[in-house]
Amino acid sequence: MKSKFIPLILILIFLITFVIFFKGLKNSNIYTPDTNLKKEVPSFKLKSFEDNSVVISEKIFKDNDYYFMNIWASWCIPCKEEHKFLMELKKDDKIELIGFNYKDNFTNASSFLKDLGNPYDIIVSDKDGTASIEWGAYGVPESFLVYQNKIIKRFIGPINNEDLLEIQKIIR
Amino acid sequence: MKFNNIFLIVAIILNFNFLKADEIKTENEIAKNLRCLICQGQSVYDSDSEFAISLKLVIKNKIQEGLSEDQIYNFLKMKYGEWILYDPIFNRNTYFLWLLPILIFLAGGAIIIKRFYNKK
Repeated sequence: MKSKFIPLILILIFLITFVIFFKGLKNSNIYTPDTNLKKEVPSFKLKSFEDNSVVISEKIFKDNDYYFMNIWASWCIPCKEEHKFLMELKKDDKIELIGFNYKDNFTNASSFLKDLGNPYDIIVSDKDGTASIEWGAYGVPESFLVYQNKIIKRFIGPINNEDLLEIQKIIR
Repeated sequence: MKFNNIFLIVAIILNFNFLKADEIKTENEIAKNLRCLICQGQSVYDSDSEFAISLKLVIKNKIQEGLSEDQIYNFLKMKYGEWILYDPIFNRNTYFLWLLPILIFLAGGAIIIKRFYNKK
């Protein structure tokens, strides 16, 4: 009786382990954050990029308007790639673009905008990156689509043509 | 009188340093328990990425604001999800993870006790 029982348990344990590992094999081990989150816009108090005046988030985000919050920096290469799509998005008057200048210096950032054009309606500077943490951001470039004081979509990394079409479809 | 004053000043400075040291200690402890989300296999404490540098600054500010360790963890969990914490929280998805070692331990204990009594 005992000798029959032990091999059976061993086979069972082996099978369970095999199934768990086999399933785990197919799981992606790359962490992908949730991009469709309905979160409140975090409030912030930052200095304006142009004239160092204080900008409060409550004054920027108003109800029933779409806002595209874009974190960028002049030292970030992918930001240059997405810039043409931001310029394209600027043409749409239903959406307001807000630039979050991330850990940048004024001279470099302004020459960046001079060379490639300025798509932003408002630019605030996040000198130490702490305000971006409040937004739950990972780095540059990153963008948030805001509607009715809620983040309705999030774009990690540079936006591409597909993202642009998606945004235009949402705000139409 | 003069001596008393000097003593007082020295005492205050020393106390202040102790406070600061405590703050830095909790700050590092929190940073060690957080996963750097854009790095591979590094904690926020170990990483020098822009993300980690900012996050360490946020932790420092929050401590100075008077938030407790748990409050800071909860704040970051809300912003970045549970993945940022190294310690997985006990919930439906992690029952197995937390209870399996205990179960194995109990089973092992049961086997030992059984053998012990059989020998007797």
